[in-house]
Amino acid sequence: MNLSAQRRQFIFDSAKMACGVGALGLGLGLFARQAKALPAGAVRPPGAGAEGDFQAACIRCGLCVRDCPYDILKLATPEQHVATGTPFFVARVKPCEMCEDIPCVKACPTGALDHQLIDIKKAKMGLAVLVDHETCLNFLGLRCDVCYRVCPVIDKAITLDLQHNERTAKHTMFLPTVHSDACTGCGKCEASCVLEVAAIKVYPIKLAKGELGAHYQLGWEEKRKAGQSLVESRDLVDLPDRLPEGVKLPGHWDPGSSAVPGGLPATSIPLPDESPR
Amino acid sequence: MSATPLKLAQEAIETKGWFGAHRFLILRRLSQLTVLLSFLVGPWFGWWLVKGNLNYSLTLGTVPLADPLVLLQSLLTGHVPERNAIIGVAMVTGFYMLVGGRVFCSWVCPVNMVTDAASALRRRLDIRGGADLPRETRYWILALVLLLAVTTGGIVWELVNPVSMLPRGLMFGMGAGWLLIGGIFLFDTFVMKRGWCSYLCPVGAFYSLLGRFSLVRVKAGKRDACNDCLDCFVVCPEQQVIKLPLKGAKKGASPVILSGNCTNCGRCIDVCSKDVFSFSSRFSSGTGQPGDKVLPPH
Repeated sequence: MNLSAQRRQFIFDSAKMACGVGALGLGLGLFARQAKALPAGAVRPPGAGAEGDFQAACIRCGLCVRDCPYDILKLATPEQHVATGTPFFVARVKPCEMCEDIPCVKACPTGALDHQLIDIKKAKMGLAVLVDHETCLNFLGLRCDVCYRVCPVIDKAITLDLQHNERTAKHTMFLPTVHSDACTGCGKCEASCVLEVAAIKVYPIKLAKGELGAHYQLGWEEKRKAGQSLVESRDLVDLPDRLPEGVKLPGHWDPGSSAVPGGLPATSIPLPDESPR
Repeated sequence: MSATPLKLAQEAIETKGWFGAHRFLILRRLSQLTVLLSFLVGPWFGWWLVKGNLNYSLTLGTVPLADPLVLLQSLLTGHVPERNAIIGVAMVTGFYMLVGGRVFCSWVCPVNMVTDAASALRRRLDIRGGADLPRETRYWILALVLLLAVTTGGIVWELVNPVSMLPRGLMFGMGAGWLLIGGIFLFDTFVMKRGWCSYLCPVGAFYSLLGRFSLVRVKAGKRDACNDCLDCFVVCPEQQVIKLPLKGAKKGASPVILSGNCTNCGRCIDVCSKDVFSFSSRFSSGTGQPGDKVLPPH
Protein backbone atom coordinates (compact mmCIF):
# COMPACT_ATOMS: atom_id res chain seq x y z
CA MET A 1 0.00 0.00 0.00
CA ASN A 2 1.47 3.35 -0.94
CA LEU A 3 1.42 6.35 1.34
CA SER A 4 -1.63 8.04 -0.10
CA ALA A 5 -3.65 4.83 0.04
CA GLN A 6 -2.57 4.42 3.65
CA ARG A 7 -3.56 7.96 4.42
CA ARG A 8 -6.89 7.40 2.71
CA GLN A 9 -7.50 4.28 4.74
CA PHE A 10 -6.59 6.11 7.95
CA ILE A 11 -8.98 8.96 7.21
CA PHE A 12 -11.84 6.60 6.38
CA ASP A 13 -11.21 4.45 9.45
CA SER A 14 -11.19 7.55 11.64
CA ALA A 15 -14.36 8.87 10.03
CA LYS A 16 -16.07 5.52 10.57
CA MET A 17 -15.08 5.50 14.21
CA ALA A 18 -16.04 9.13 14.77
CA CYS A 19 -19.47 8.54 13.23
CA GLY A 20 -20.14 5.40 15.27
CA VAL A 21 -19.00 6.88 18.55
CA GLY A 22 -20.72 10.16 17.69
CA ALA A 23 -24.03 8.33 17.29
CA LEU A 24 -23.48 6.70 20.68
CA GLY A 25 -22.72 10.13 22.13
CA LEU A 26 -25.89 11.58 20.67
CA GLY A 27 -27.96 8.83 22.28
CA LEU A 28 -26.21 9.22 25.62
CA GLY A 29 -26.50 13.00 25.50
CA LEU A 30 -30.23 12.90 24.83
CA PHE A 31 -30.68 10.32 27.57
CA ALA A 32 -28.72 12.57 29.93
CA ARG A 33 -31.05 15.47 29.16
CA GLN A 34 -34.02 13.32 30.11
CA ALA A 35 -32.31 12.15 33.27
CA LYS A 36 -31.71 15.74 34.37
CA ALA A 37 -35.40 16.23 35.07
CA LEU A 38 -36.03 15.01 38.60
CA PRO A 39 -39.57 13.62 38.79
CA ALA A 40 -41.86 15.49 41.18
CA GLY A 41 -42.29 12.47 43.45
CA ALA A 42 -38.57 12.11 44.20
CA VAL A 43 -36.88 14.25 46.84
CA ARG A 44 -33.09 14.73 47.14
CA PRO A 45 -31.35 14.48 50.53
CA PRO A 46 -30.68 17.70 52.47
CA GLY A 47 -27.93 19.93 51.11
CA ALA A 48 -28.41 18.93 47.46
CA GLY A 49 -28.31 21.96 45.19
CA ALA A 50 -30.05 22.45 41.86
CA GLU A 51 -30.56 19.16 40.03
CA GLY A 52 -27.97 19.87 37.33
CA ASP A 53 -25.30 20.80 39.88
CA PHE A 54 -26.17 17.79 41.96
CA GLN A 55 -25.71 15.40 39.04
CA ALA A 56 -22.35 16.99 38.30
CA ALA A 57 -21.12 16.53 41.86
CA CYS A 58 -22.67 13.24 43.00
CA ILE A 59 -20.40 10.25 42.32
CA ARG A 60 -23.11 7.71 43.15
CA CYS A 61 -21.23 6.10 46.05
CA GLY A 62 -24.22 5.68 48.36
CA LEU A 63 -22.46 6.77 51.57
CA CYS A 64 -25.43 9.05 52.37
CA VAL A 65 -27.69 6.02 52.02
CA ARG A 66 -25.48 4.02 54.39
CA ASP A 67 -25.27 6.73 57.02
CA CYS A 68 -28.99 7.53 57.07
CA PRO A 69 -30.04 6.07 60.45
CA TYR A 70 -33.65 5.63 59.34
CA ASP A 71 -32.89 3.88 56.06
CA ILE A 72 -34.87 6.45 54.12
CA LEU A 73 -32.58 7.15 51.18
CA LYS A 74 -32.32 4.83 48.19
CA LEU A 75 -30.01 4.79 45.16
CA ALA A 76 -31.90 4.96 41.89
CA THR A 77 -31.81 1.84 39.72
CA PRO A 78 -31.74 2.15 35.92
CA GLU A 79 -35.48 1.69 35.37
CA GLN A 80 -36.40 4.52 37.76
CA HIS A 81 -36.88 8.06 36.48
CA VAL A 82 -34.13 9.37 38.73
CA ALA A 83 -30.52 9.52 37.44
CA THR A 84 -29.04 6.03 37.93
CA GLY A 85 -27.15 5.57 41.18
CA THR A 86 -28.13 8.91 42.74
CA PRO A 87 -29.81 9.09 46.17
CA PHE A 88 -33.43 10.13 46.68
CA PHE A 89 -36.44 9.44 48.86
CA VAL A 90 -40.16 9.37 48.29
CA ALA A 91 -41.87 11.48 50.93
CA ARG A 92 -45.14 9.55 50.89
CA VAL A 93 -43.26 6.29 51.53
CA LYS A 94 -40.76 7.46 54.15
CA PRO A 95 -40.08 11.13 54.86
CA CYS A 96 -36.83 12.65 56.12
CA GLU A 97 -36.54 12.57 59.91
CA MET A 98 -34.38 15.71 59.95
CA CYS A 99 -31.53 14.44 62.16
CA GLU A 100 -29.87 17.33 63.95
CA ASP A 101 -26.34 16.16 63.08
CA ILE A 102 -27.30 15.55 59.39
CA PRO A 103 -25.21 12.35 58.93
CA CYS A 104 -26.05 12.02 55.23
CA VAL A 105 -24.47 15.38 54.45
CA LYS A 106 -21.41 14.61 56.57
CA ALA A 107 -20.92 11.32 54.72
CA CYS A 108 -20.86 12.91 51.27
CA PRO A 109 -17.27 12.84 49.96
CA THR A 110 -17.71 15.32 47.13
CA GLY A 111 -19.89 18.06 48.56
CA ALA A 112 -22.80 17.11 46.30
CA LEU A 113 -24.61 17.44 49.61
CA ASP A 114 -23.36 20.84 50.74
CA HIS A 115 -21.21 20.61 53.87
CA GLN A 116 -22.10 24.24 54.64
CA LEU A 117 -25.50 23.00 55.75
CA ILE A 118 -25.14 22.52 59.51
CA ASP A 119 -28.64 23.46 60.66
CA ILE A 120 -31.19 20.95 59.35
CA LYS A 121 -33.94 23.56 59.78
CA LYS A 122 -32.26 25.48 56.95
CA ALA A 123 -32.51 22.50 54.57
CA LYS A 124 -34.43 23.01 51.34
CA MET A 125 -35.13 19.49 50.08
CA GLY A 126 -38.31 20.68 48.44
CA LEU A 127 -41.41 22.65 49.31
CA ALA A 128 -44.69 21.33 50.64
CA VAL A 129 -47.69 22.48 48.64
CA LEU A 130 -51.31 21.95 49.58
CA VAL A 131 -52.16 20.98 46.05
CA ASP A 132 -55.76 19.88 46.42
CA HIS A 133 -58.17 22.23 48.15
CA GLU A 134 -61.09 20.06 47.09
CA THR A 135 -60.14 17.02 49.14
CA CYS A 136 -58.16 18.48 52.04
CA LEU A 137 -60.34 17.79 55.07
CA ASN A 138 -59.60 21.16 56.64
CA PHE A 139 -60.77 22.87 53.46
CA LEU A 140 -63.96 20.84 53.76
CA GLY A 141 -64.47 22.48 57.12
CA LEU A 142 -63.30 19.54 59.27
CA ARG A 143 -60.52 19.63 61.82
CA CYS A 144 -57.96 17.11 60.54
CA ASP A 145 -54.85 19.26 61.18
CA VAL A 146 -52.55 16.21 60.82
CA CYS A 147 -50.07 17.86 58.44
CA TYR A 148 -49.88 20.86 60.76
CA ARG A 149 -49.37 18.69 63.86
CA VAL A 150 -46.60 16.48 62.40
CA CYS A 151 -44.62 19.34 60.90
CA PRO A 152 -41.17 19.46 62.59
CA VAL A 153 -41.22 23.23 62.14
CA ILE A 154 -44.79 23.58 63.45
CA ASP A 155 -46.31 27.09 63.40
CA LYS A 156 -43.51 28.31 61.16
CA ALA A 157 -43.55 26.06 58.10
CA ILE A 158 -47.25 25.27 58.36
CA THR A 159 -49.76 27.54 60.08
CA LEU A 160 -53.52 27.24 60.29
CA ASP A 161 -55.08 30.31 58.77
CA LEU A 162 -58.64 31.08 59.77
CA GLN A 163 -61.37 31.68 57.28
CA HIS A 164 -65.12 32.00 57.59
CA ASN A 165 -66.96 28.86 56.51
CA GLU A 166 -69.50 30.08 53.93
CA ARG A 167 -71.18 26.68 53.74
CA THR A 168 -72.24 26.43 57.40
CA ALA A 169 -72.14 30.22 57.81
CA LYS A 170 -71.30 29.85 61.49
CA HIS A 171 -68.00 27.92 61.60
CA THR A 172 -64.38 28.68 60.90
CA MET A 173 -62.14 26.78 58.49
CA PHE A 174 -58.56 26.17 59.66
CA LEU A 175 -56.59 26.20 56.43
CA PRO A 176 -53.09 24.64 56.50
CA THR A 177 -50.82 27.22 54.93
CA VAL A 178 -47.20 26.47 54.01
CA HIS A 179 -44.55 29.15 54.42
CA SER A 180 -41.63 28.60 52.08
CA ASP A 181 -39.08 30.42 54.25
CA ALA A 182 -39.44 27.80 57.00
CA CYS A 183 -40.43 24.61 55.11
CA THR A 184 -37.49 22.16 54.77
CA GLY A 185 -39.27 19.81 52.37
CA CYS A 186 -38.89 16.86 54.77
CA GLY A 187 -42.19 15.40 53.59
CA LYS A 188 -43.68 14.54 56.99
CA CYS A 189 -46.91 16.31 56.00
CA GLU A 190 -47.22 14.38 52.74
CA ALA A 191 -46.41 11.08 54.47
CA SER A 192 -49.03 11.60 57.17
CA CYS A 193 -51.87 13.08 55.11
CA VAL A 194 -54.83 10.87 55.99
CA LEU A 195 -56.32 10.82 52.48
CA GLU A 196 -55.92 7.92 50.04
CA VAL A 197 -53.81 10.24 47.93
CA ALA A 198 -52.15 13.07 49.82
CA ALA A 199 -53.64 16.54 49.35
CA ILE A 200 -50.36 18.09 50.49
CA LYS A 201 -47.23 17.11 48.57
CA VAL A 202 -43.56 17.98 48.54
CA TYR A 203 -42.39 19.30 45.19
CA PRO A 204 -38.97 20.44 43.99
CA ILE A 205 -38.75 24.15 44.86
CA LYS A 206 -38.36 25.00 41.20
CA LEU A 207 -41.81 23.55 40.53
CA ALA A 208 -43.49 24.78 43.68
CA LYS A 209 -42.41 28.37 43.97
CA GLY A 210 -43.47 31.45 42.04
CA GLU A 211 -41.28 34.50 41.68
CA LEU A 212 -42.21 38.18 41.71
CA GLY A 213 -40.80 40.45 39.03
CA ALA A 214 -37.58 42.05 40.28
CA HIS A 215 -39.11 45.51 39.91
CA TYR A 216 -42.26 44.71 41.92
CA GLN A 217 -42.74 46.73 45.09
CA LEU A 218 -45.34 45.94 47.71
CA GLY A 219 -46.94 49.25 48.72
CA TRP A 220 -47.54 48.24 52.33
CA GLU A 221 -43.94 46.99 52.72
CA GLU A 222 -42.58 50.23 51.29
CA LYS A 223 -44.89 52.19 53.57
CA ARG A 224 -43.64 50.26 56.60
CA LYS A 225 -40.00 50.80 55.60
CA ALA A 226 -40.49 54.50 54.93
CA GLY A 227 -42.61 54.98 58.04
CA GLN A 228 -45.27 56.69 55.97
CA SER A 229 -47.17 56.31 52.76
CA LEU A 230 -45.04 56.99 49.69
CA VAL A 231 -48.08 58.36 47.93
CA GLU A 232 -49.23 61.41 49.80
CA SER A 233 -50.66 63.42 46.96
CA ARG A 234 -54.43 63.57 46.92
CA ASP A 235 -54.43 64.66 43.29
CA LEU A 236 -54.24 61.09 41.99
CA VAL A 237 -56.43 59.39 39.49
CA ASP A 238 -58.75 56.97 41.27
CA LEU A 239 -59.63 54.10 38.96
CA PRO A 240 -63.06 52.49 39.23
CA ASP A 241 -63.17 49.46 41.54
CA ARG A 242 -63.53 46.21 39.64
CA LEU A 243 -66.28 44.01 40.96
CA PRO A 244 -67.55 40.78 39.38
CA GLU A 245 -70.55 41.22 37.12
CA GLY A 246 -73.76 41.93 39.01
CA VAL A 247 -72.15 42.07 42.46
CA LYS A 248 -73.21 44.90 44.72
CA LEU A 249 -71.58 45.45 48.06
CA PRO A 250 -73.84 47.15 50.55
CA GLY A 251 -72.34 50.40 51.77
CA HIS A 252 -69.56 50.30 49.19
CA TRP A 253 -68.54 53.72 47.95
CA ASP A 254 -66.38 53.99 44.88
CA PRO A 255 -65.39 57.54 44.02
CA GLY A 256 -63.55 56.29 40.90
CA SER A 257 -66.69 55.14 39.16
CA SER A 258 -69.31 57.27 40.85
CA ALA A 259 -67.67 60.53 39.80
CA VAL A 260 -67.61 59.81 36.08
CA PRO A 261 -69.85 56.83 35.40
CA GLY A 262 -68.68 54.41 32.72
CA GLY A 263 -65.21 55.80 32.19
CA LEU A 264 -62.02 57.29 33.49
CA PRO A 265 -62.19 60.76 34.95
CA ALA A 266 -60.88 63.35 32.53
CA THR A 267 -59.29 65.35 35.28
CA SER A 268 -58.14 64.49 38.73
CA ILE A 269 -60.83 64.51 41.34
CA PRO A 270 -60.38 65.79 44.86
CA LEU A 271 -61.16 63.03 47.36
CA PRO A 272 -62.97 63.43 50.62
CA ASP A 273 -60.48 63.36 53.46
CA GLU A 274 -61.87 60.28 55.22
CA SER A 275 -62.30 58.10 52.15
CA PRO A 276 -60.91 54.55 52.34
CA ARG A 277 -57.87 54.06 50.09
CA MET B 1 -3.75 -29.45 13.86
CA SER B 2 -4.83 -32.79 15.24
CA ALA B 3 -8.37 -34.05 14.77
CA THR B 4 -9.14 -33.76 18.47
CA PRO B 5 -7.64 -30.48 19.66
CA LEU B 6 -6.29 -30.48 23.17
CA LYS B 7 -8.43 -28.95 25.87
CA LEU B 8 -7.29 -25.52 27.01
CA ALA B 9 -4.33 -25.79 29.40
CA GLN B 10 -4.39 -29.58 29.27
CA GLU B 11 -0.62 -29.77 29.11
CA ALA B 12 -0.28 -27.35 31.97
CA ILE B 13 -2.75 -29.34 34.07
CA GLU B 14 -0.78 -32.52 33.32
CA THR B 15 2.55 -31.01 34.32
CA LYS B 16 1.53 -28.64 37.13
CA GLY B 17 -1.70 -30.18 38.40
CA TRP B 18 -5.14 -28.53 38.27
CA PHE B 19 -4.40 -26.02 41.01
CA GLY B 20 -1.06 -25.13 39.48
CA ALA B 21 -2.74 -24.43 36.17
CA HIS B 22 -5.47 -22.30 37.76
CA ARG B 23 -3.48 -20.56 40.48
CA PHE B 24 -3.96 -16.96 39.37
CA LEU B 25 -7.51 -17.57 38.20
CA ILE B 26 -8.41 -18.77 41.69
CA LEU B 27 -6.53 -15.90 43.32
CA ARG B 28 -8.29 -13.40 41.07
CA ARG B 29 -11.71 -14.80 41.84
CA LEU B 30 -10.86 -14.70 45.54
CA SER B 31 -9.75 -11.10 45.16
CA GLN B 32 -12.89 -10.07 43.26
CA LEU B 33 -15.18 -11.86 45.72
CA THR B 34 -13.31 -10.50 48.75
CA VAL B 35 -13.79 -6.97 47.48
CA LEU B 36 -17.51 -7.57 46.94
CA LEU B 37 -17.97 -9.36 50.26
CA SER B 38 -16.17 -6.68 52.25
CA PHE B 39 -18.86 -4.29 51.03
CA LEU B 40 -21.70 -6.79 51.46
CA VAL B 41 -21.10 -7.94 55.05
CA GLY B 42 -22.28 -4.47 56.09
CA PRO B 43 -25.79 -4.63 54.67
CA TRP B 44 -26.01 -8.40 55.28
CA PHE B 45 -24.74 -8.75 58.84
CA GLY B 46 -24.20 -5.21 60.05
CA TRP B 47 -20.38 -5.56 59.98
CA TRP B 48 -19.41 -2.26 58.40
CA LEU B 49 -15.90 -2.98 57.13
CA VAL B 50 -16.35 -0.91 54.00
CA LYS B 51 -19.13 1.50 53.17
CA GLY B 52 -20.03 2.77 49.72
CA ASN B 53 -19.24 1.07 46.44
CA LEU B 54 -16.48 0.95 43.84
CA ASN B 55 -17.02 4.61 42.88
CA TYR B 56 -16.08 5.71 46.36
CA SER B 57 -15.68 3.81 49.60
CA LEU B 58 -14.73 4.42 53.18
CA THR B 59 -12.91 1.54 54.88
CA LEU B 60 -13.31 1.19 58.66
CA GLY B 61 -14.65 4.72 58.73
CA THR B 62 -11.26 6.20 57.89
CA VAL B 63 -9.61 5.15 54.61
CA PRO B 64 -11.20 6.79 51.54
CA LEU B 65 -10.81 5.21 48.09
CA ALA B 66 -12.27 6.84 45.00
CA ASP B 67 -12.53 5.95 41.34
CA PRO B 68 -10.39 8.41 39.38
CA LEU B 69 -12.48 8.26 36.19
CA VAL B 70 -15.71 9.26 37.95
CA LEU B 71 -13.94 12.05 39.80
CA LEU B 72 -12.30 13.23 36.59
CA GLN B 73 -15.72 13.47 34.96
CA SER B 74 -17.07 15.38 37.94
CA LEU B 75 -14.09 17.73 37.74
CA LEU B 76 -14.74 18.27 34.03
CA THR B 77 -18.27 19.42 34.82
CA GLY B 78 -16.70 22.15 36.91
CA HIS B 79 -17.36 20.72 40.37
CA VAL B 80 -14.48 20.68 42.86
CA PRO B 81 -14.88 17.79 45.31
CA GLU B 82 -14.33 17.77 49.08
CA ARG B 83 -11.07 16.59 50.65
CA ASN B 84 -11.98 12.94 51.22
CA ALA B 85 -12.70 12.33 47.56
CA ILE B 86 -9.38 13.87 46.57
CA ILE B 87 -7.43 11.73 49.06
CA GLY B 88 -9.32 8.68 47.79
CA VAL B 89 -8.43 9.38 44.18
CA ALA B 90 -4.76 9.92 45.05
CA MET B 91 -4.60 6.55 46.84
CA VAL B 92 -6.28 4.61 44.05
CA THR B 93 -4.34 6.34 41.28
CA GLY B 94 -1.04 5.71 43.04
CA PHE B 95 -1.86 2.05 43.62
CA TYR B 96 -2.79 1.29 40.01
CA MET B 97 0.10 3.28 38.59
CA LEU B 98 2.31 0.92 40.56
CA VAL B 99 0.68 -2.49 40.05
CA GLY B 100 -0.82 -1.93 36.58
CA GLY B 101 -3.97 0.00 35.77
CA ARG B 102 -5.92 -2.88 34.38
CA VAL B 103 -5.31 -4.86 37.53
CA PHE B 104 -8.62 -3.19 38.38
CA CYS B 105 -10.21 -5.06 35.47
CA SER B 106 -8.88 -8.51 36.26
CA TRP B 107 -8.59 -8.49 40.05
CA VAL B 108 -11.39 -6.17 41.21
CA CYS B 109 -14.09 -5.46 38.61
CA PRO B 110 -17.02 -7.88 39.00
CA VAL B 111 -18.01 -7.46 35.34
CA ASN B 112 -14.83 -9.41 34.59
CA MET B 113 -16.46 -12.49 36.14
CA VAL B 114 -19.41 -12.04 33.78
CA THR B 115 -17.29 -11.61 30.67
CA ASP B 116 -14.88 -14.41 31.66
CA ALA B 117 -17.91 -16.66 32.01
CA ALA B 118 -19.11 -15.57 28.57
CA SER B 119 -15.66 -16.25 27.16
CA ALA B 120 -15.59 -19.72 28.73
CA LEU B 121 -19.07 -20.51 27.37
CA ARG B 122 -17.96 -19.31 23.94
CA ARG B 123 -15.02 -21.72 24.05
CA ARG B 124 -17.24 -24.54 25.34
CA LEU B 125 -19.82 -24.03 22.60
CA ASP B 126 -17.03 -23.49 20.07
CA ILE B 127 -18.54 -20.23 18.82
CA ARG B 128 -16.25 -18.60 16.31
CA GLY B 129 -16.21 -15.35 14.42
CA GLY B 130 -18.73 -12.60 15.02
CA ALA B 131 -18.46 -8.84 15.07
CA ASP B 132 -15.09 -7.16 14.87
CA LEU B 133 -13.96 -3.68 15.85
CA PRO B 134 -10.62 -1.98 16.26
CA ARG B 135 -9.32 -2.29 19.81
CA GLU B 136 -8.94 1.48 19.84
CA THR B 137 -12.74 1.82 19.97
CA ARG B 138 -12.59 1.98 23.76
CA TYR B 139 -10.34 5.05 23.67
CA TRP B 140 -12.80 6.80 21.40
CA ILE B 141 -15.58 5.95 23.81
CA LEU B 142 -13.43 7.17 26.71
CA ALA B 143 -12.92 10.47 24.89
CA LEU B 144 -16.67 10.65 24.33
CA VAL B 145 -17.39 10.01 28.01
CA LEU B 146 -15.09 12.85 29.03
CA LEU B 147 -16.47 15.13 26.32
CA LEU B 148 -20.04 14.47 27.46
CA ALA B 149 -19.12 15.50 31.00
CA VAL B 150 -17.85 18.83 29.64
CA THR B 151 -20.71 19.50 27.24
CA THR B 152 -23.66 18.37 29.39
CA GLY B 153 -22.26 19.41 32.77
CA GLY B 154 -23.21 16.06 34.30
CA ILE B 155 -21.58 12.68 34.93
CA VAL B 156 -23.38 11.14 31.98
CA TRP B 157 -21.48 7.85 31.77
CA GLU B 158 -22.63 6.87 35.25
CA LEU B 159 -26.21 6.71 33.98
CA VAL B 160 -25.35 3.58 32.01
CA ASN B 161 -21.91 2.41 33.21
CA PRO B 162 -22.19 -1.36 33.82
CA VAL B 163 -18.84 -1.41 35.62
CA SER B 164 -20.27 0.63 38.48
CA MET B 165 -23.83 -0.57 38.03
CA LEU B 166 -23.07 -4.21 38.85
CA PRO B 167 -21.25 -3.68 42.17
CA ARG B 168 -23.59 -0.86 43.18
CA GLY B 169 -26.56 -3.03 42.29
CA LEU B 170 -25.27 -5.94 44.37
CA MET B 171 -24.73 -3.63 47.34
CA PHE B 172 -27.76 -1.31 47.03
CA GLY B 173 -30.28 -3.04 44.76
CA MET B 174 -29.96 -3.97 41.13
CA GLY B 175 -33.37 -3.20 39.61
CA ALA B 176 -33.28 -3.44 35.83
CA GLY B 177 -29.47 -3.34 35.95
CA TRP B 178 -29.54 -7.12 35.44
CA LEU B 179 -30.77 -6.53 31.89
CA LEU B 180 -27.64 -4.56 31.07
CA ILE B 181 -25.32 -7.10 32.69
CA GLY B 182 -27.18 -9.93 30.99
CA GLY B 183 -26.87 -8.03 27.73
CA ILE B 184 -23.10 -7.82 28.13
CA PHE B 185 -22.93 -11.55 28.83
CA LEU B 186 -24.94 -12.37 25.70
CA PHE B 187 -23.00 -9.87 23.62
CA ASP B 188 -19.66 -11.35 24.66
CA THR B 189 -20.93 -14.90 24.16
CA PHE B 190 -22.72 -14.67 20.83
CA VAL B 191 -21.82 -11.39 19.15
CA MET B 192 -18.24 -10.48 19.85
CA LYS B 193 -15.40 -12.35 21.49
CA ARG B 194 -14.27 -10.41 24.59
CA GLY B 195 -16.30 -7.56 23.13
CA TRP B 196 -17.00 -5.55 26.25
CA CYS B 197 -13.74 -5.64 28.22
CA SER B 198 -11.27 -5.66 25.33
CA TYR B 199 -12.91 -3.38 22.77
CA LEU B 200 -15.61 -1.15 24.25
CA CYS B 201 -15.24 -0.49 27.98
CA PRO B 202 -13.98 3.08 28.54
CA VAL B 203 -13.29 2.36 32.21
CA GLY B 204 -10.75 -0.29 31.21
CA ALA B 205 -9.36 2.09 28.61
CA PHE B 206 -8.86 4.72 31.29
CA TYR B 207 -7.13 2.24 33.60
CA SER B 208 -4.88 1.07 30.76
CA LEU B 209 -3.61 4.65 30.45
CA LEU B 210 -3.20 4.89 34.21
CA GLY B 211 -1.03 1.76 34.21
CA ARG B 212 0.95 2.75 31.13
CA PHE B 213 4.20 2.89 33.11
CA SER B 214 3.37 0.54 35.96
CA LEU B 215 6.07 -1.34 37.82
CA VAL B 216 4.46 -4.79 37.98
CA ARG B 217 4.42 -6.54 34.59
CA VAL B 218 4.19 -10.04 33.19
CA LYS B 219 7.36 -11.21 31.48
CA ALA B 220 7.97 -14.01 28.97
CA GLY B 221 11.29 -14.67 30.69
CA LYS B 222 11.71 -18.23 29.41
CA ARG B 223 10.41 -17.56 25.94
CA ASP B 224 13.02 -19.92 24.46
CA ALA B 225 11.12 -22.78 26.11
CA CYS B 226 7.88 -21.90 24.27
CA ASN B 227 6.49 -24.95 22.43
CA ASP B 228 3.95 -22.96 20.38
CA CYS B 229 0.92 -24.59 22.00
CA LEU B 230 -0.98 -21.25 21.73
CA ASP B 231 -2.75 -21.73 25.07
CA CYS B 232 -1.66 -18.28 26.25
CA PHE B 233 -3.10 -16.68 23.11
CA VAL B 234 -6.37 -18.52 23.53
CA VAL B 235 -6.79 -17.57 27.17
CA CYS B 236 -5.52 -13.99 26.99
CA PRO B 237 -8.20 -11.28 26.78
CA GLU B 238 -5.70 -8.95 25.07
CA GLN B 239 -3.80 -11.36 22.80
CA GLN B 240 -2.08 -8.56 20.90
CA VAL B 241 0.06 -7.70 23.93
CA ILE B 242 1.75 -11.12 24.09
CA LYS B 243 2.99 -11.51 20.54
CA LEU B 244 6.06 -9.30 20.50
CA PRO B 245 7.45 -10.08 23.97
CA LEU B 246 6.98 -13.83 23.36
CA LYS B 247 8.01 -14.13 19.73
CA GLY B 248 10.13 -11.02 19.17
CA ALA B 249 13.45 -12.39 20.41
CA LYS B 250 14.96 -12.17 16.93
CA LYS B 251 13.86 -8.56 16.60
CA GLY B 252 15.43 -7.82 19.96
CA ALA B 253 12.10 -7.12 21.66
CA SER B 254 11.95 -7.06 25.43
CA PRO B 255 10.34 -10.14 26.98
CA VAL B 256 8.41 -7.87 29.36
CA ILE B 257 4.78 -7.28 28.37
CA LEU B 258 4.81 -3.50 28.57
CA SER B 259 1.43 -2.69 27.05
CA GLY B 260 -0.92 -0.91 29.41
CA ASN B 261 -3.66 -3.18 28.11
CA CYS B 262 -2.17 -6.30 29.70
CA THR B 263 -4.50 -6.78 32.68
CA ASN B 264 -1.89 -8.62 34.76
CA CYS B 265 -4.44 -11.38 35.17
CA GLY B 266 -1.75 -14.05 35.14
CA ARG B 267 -3.75 -16.57 33.11
CA CYS B 268 -0.87 -16.95 30.65
CA ILE B 269 1.33 -17.93 33.59
CA ASP B 270 -1.30 -20.49 34.63
CA VAL B 271 -1.86 -22.20 31.30
CA CYS B 272 1.78 -22.45 30.19
CA SER B 273 3.17 -25.91 30.76
CA LYS B 274 6.70 -24.61 30.17
CA ASP B 275 6.49 -21.78 32.72
CA VAL B 276 7.49 -19.24 30.11
CA PHE B 277 5.70 -16.39 31.89
CA SER B 278 6.10 -14.92 35.33
CA PHE B 279 5.32 -11.69 37.19
CA SER B 280 8.26 -9.32 37.28
CA SER B 281 9.15 -5.66 37.26
CA ARG B 282 9.08 -3.64 34.07
CA PHE B 283 12.80 -2.98 34.48
CA SER B 284 13.81 -6.65 34.62
CA SER B 285 14.13 -6.66 30.88
CA GLY B 286 16.53 -9.48 30.08
CA THR B 287 15.68 -13.13 29.57
CA GLY B 288 18.47 -14.04 31.91
CA GLN B 289 20.71 -15.07 29.07
CA PRO B 290 23.94 -13.28 28.20
CA GLY B 291 24.00 -11.15 25.08
CA ASP B 292 20.30 -10.36 25.24
CA LYS B 293 19.54 -7.30 23.23
CA VAL B 294 16.67 -5.24 24.60
CA LEU B 295 14.57 -2.55 22.95
CA PRO B 296 13.54 0.41 25.06
CA PRO B 297 9.96 0.24 26.33
CA HIS B 298 7.49 1.15 23.61
